[in-house]
Amino acid sequence: MKRGPMGAEDPLLRVEGVGKAYFSNRVLKNVNFTLGRGRILGLVGENGAGKSTLMNILFGMRVIQETGGYEGKILIDGKEVHFRSPMDALNAGIGMVHQEFSLIPGFTVAENIVLNRETLVYNPLVEAFGDRLTTLDRASMTRRADEAISRLNIELDSSTPISELPVGYKQFTEIAREIDKKGTRLLVLDEPTAVLTESEADILLDSMRRLAAQGISIIFISHRLQEVMSVCDDIVILRDGEVVLQTTPAETSVRQIASAMVGRKIDRTEGPAEERRSSDKVAMQIEHLWVDMPGETVRNVNLTVFEGEILGIGGMAGQGKLGIANGIMGLHPAGGKVTFHGENVELNNPGSPLSLGISAVSEDRRGVGLLLEESIAWNIIFTSLQTQGRFLKSFGPLKIRDEEAIAECARKYIHDLEIKCTSEKQHVQELSGGNQQKVCLAKAFETRPRLLFVAEPTRGIDVGAKKVVLDTLKRYNREHGMTIVVISSELEELRSVCDRIAIIDKGSVAGILPASTPSEAFGYLLMGAGAAEAEKAANDNSNGTEAASA
Amino acid sequence: MNRIKKFIEEAGWPRILIAVFLVILFIVAPFVGVPVDAAFSDTLVRFGMNGVLVLAMVPMVQSGCGLNFGLPLGIIAGLLGAVTSVELEAKGIPGVFTAMAIATPIAVVLGWGYGLLLNKVKGEEMMIATYVGFSSVAFMCIMWLVLPYSSSNMVWGYAGVGLRTTVSVEEFWQRAISDIAAFNIGDAFYFPTGMFLFFLLLCGLMWVFMRTRTGTAMTTVGSNPDYARASGVNINRMRTLSVILSTWLGALGIIVYEQSFGFIQLYMGPFMMAFPAVAALLIGGASVKKASIINVIVGTFLFQGILTMTPSVINSMLQTDMSEVIRIIVSNGMILYALTRVTKVRS
Repeated sequence: MKRGPMGAEDPLLRVEGVGKAYFSNRVLKNVNFTLGRGRILGLVGENGAGKSTLMNILFGMRVIQETGGYEGKILIDGKEVHFRSPMDALNAGIGMVHQEFSLIPGFTVAENIVLNRETLVYNPLVEAFGDRLTTLDRASMTRRADEAISRLNIELDSSTPISELPVGYKQFTEIAREIDKKGTRLLVLDEPTAVLTESEADILLDSMRRLAAQGISIIFISHRLQEVMSVCDDIVILRDGEVVLQTTPAETSVRQIASAMVGRKIDRTEGPAEERRSSDKVAMQIEHLWVDMPGETVRNVNLTVFEGEILGIGGMAGQGKLGIANGIMGLHPAGGKVTFHGENVELNNPGSPLSLGISAVSEDRRGVGLLLEESIAWNIIFTSLQTQGRFLKSFGPLKIRDEEAIAECARKYIHDLEIKCTSEKQHVQELSGGNQQKVCLAKAFETRPRLLFVAEPTRGIDVGAKKVVLDTLKRYNREHGMTIVVISSELEELRSVCDRIAIIDKGSVAGILPASTPSEAFGYLLMGAGAAEAEKAANDNSNGTEAASA
Repeated sequence: MNRIKKFIEEAGWPRILIAVFLVILFIVAPFVGVPVDAAFSDTLVRFGMNGVLVLAMVPMVQSGCGLNFGLPLGIIAGLLGAVTSVELEAKGIPGVFTAMAIATPIAVVLGWGYGLLLNKVKGEEMMIATYVGFSSVAFMCIMWLVLPYSSSNMVWGYAGVGLRTTVSVEEFWQRAISDIAAFNIGDAFYFPTGMFLFFLLLCGLMWVFMRTRTGTAMTTVGSNPDYARASGVNINRMRTLSVILSTWLGALGIIVYEQSFGFIQLYMGPFMMAFPAVAALLIGGASVKKASIINVIVGTFLFQGILTMTPSVINSMLQTDMSEVIRIIVSNGMILYALTRVTKVRS
């Protein structure tokens, strides 16, 4: 395989000073890199690091223009390009394989590969009715499909319907389709190995090398660092919208990448400042939990939550961390055994955990967490009213809502959590994301839970509200002794509030480490590199710091 | 100025326009030869007759089951109660309450089955409900002939079996509720106090119910079922309960209607009864997701007012009888208008 260093000629793709802000929210900042012909560039970063936005810009997605375009330049063959739609990008030879398959299940592999670019044959009907009635040349279509498949060097019968293929082969079909497009020179693969088995992933990596050897450049987005190390020529690591490291596999190690990826956004001293003695009393014991939550499947989680601690649950999107809380709260079909202070939590029954004193703040704020068309007050008190019969007063033989007490309770939280609103009667849909989140927290706090799940507490809210939310969680933990389980994709956020952090990978616990453990140890767990590696990294580093301080 | 603006905003333009139109009709009426006192009395009587049927919409709207187009099902329960009480020759106020007492268990059973059905078709409730109403009316067309009623006041004279299409309750309980503490002013103005009190009593009970724990849960299920479920509410149970309530109120509603009207209308009588009730509720400012007692009262008054006044005033103006045509145009026009505005939610 010849993959010579970049010559004097212009590289295929050059990204110069690209930045992007969605209104006031900056997601990309001054990104620079180049990609030569026939080279594979690994793009690595945490969820929300800006990978998708960068690809959207490159692909001319509508959303970019609609939100005010982007900064900087994108050059192809040394010429600046401005893609106004994905069509422009396709015409310039950029192909993309998305995480979600865009295939027609009832069609065969060949039909999908040449879809909308079928080989056509003239017939007399065309004279009468126009080009739409040309006949398909099936033999030629099959030949083209087989050719594309053979370039990938895989075994795949092009006459099989897509619906009968395993996921891995659907992925190959997508790639074959991009290859079949004449003039595809740059291929973007977004997390292609996430759904593949190990052997399928190996085949894919092999195919990628072959394509590169044929002169096609590839941008490979993955969070499996081993794969990135083995297949890529260049590696670009994004964090918070900036390129933090640009390197090659020869110059770096998995560990360096992991550490660059998660970074150290918060000073060590700002972490869990006080050394907290951990309680030995078990609050919740989770054994062999499985949860069938679409997109967040939990396969086999064993976890112990101690009384009075803040436990963090981290992990990449789709690995199942969100499923844990939703399963225990009875919102998705689940199985296994969960006990809370020795009592059995009945799964698949939302009333059971609530009555035991377990509450949750949902990650799906607008869908599950809030009554958008009702007042703030009603949002805050409803769960307590239903499950504990509070906020009721006698009215003859009946009990009706005590509006006075409800308003008072709501005003207390509005003041405590700094919820910005006109009054407690304001409808929740009129509030900003951050204030909506505070209403969700207030609702959960008002049920006076002994254990609180908080999923993605800071997703989609501004910096100020973020701080209030995290501080409030800490305060309730310290002042009321509330055991809290925070589930978040943002590792640094977990490290700043939690005592211990469990990382979920492929639906089970990859490892549990104290929050003070250096980031790269978590990076290993996130990448699925194994608990042993992480432990080693953790120990190495603490030795290092000790030595430094000595 | 600000207060006017605020009032308009709270009442909503549609209601203000309709109210203004109604006032204009009352002003125009004497000039085209329509007696205002009789017309106003008619409006009030019709308001009282239809009020409970409109109130029957509220529980299902609040629980997210949409507008109860299956109201005929409840009406059938009421009709069964009514004809049975006539068969038993119960008279006066006890007669009305006998009818209600018999209608209640029937309404509960029918409502329960109807609720189970609606739980299986979430998102399509209103369409299914319409056909539940229609088909139950068709089924009862057979049953009215077959059921073993034998009172000579009700069965076909020539055959001796099968109920007549219209049964008079004049000798039994016509205006039994309406006449409680009722009074006349002049020759033409009649005020059915008892019927109003009964309607307001039911409104009051509904108001209280909506503020109980169960009522609150019902509203929440309608507002966001996922939120309700996460708070430990059994969604299906709440929805079924709301359907039973709506069906039961439909049964009571038709009995109130009949005692004022003086006739029990069987066979195709209930067929279109859901539509005026739906129209009235929507005119009152309710949406398919939210309805309050105020919506019921305001809407019933405006809708029945327009329905009483428009045909008589326009008939007099045009010197021809097309009251039925105008009635149909107005009532269906209002439903159409209101349904096109369903996205606008205000509580």
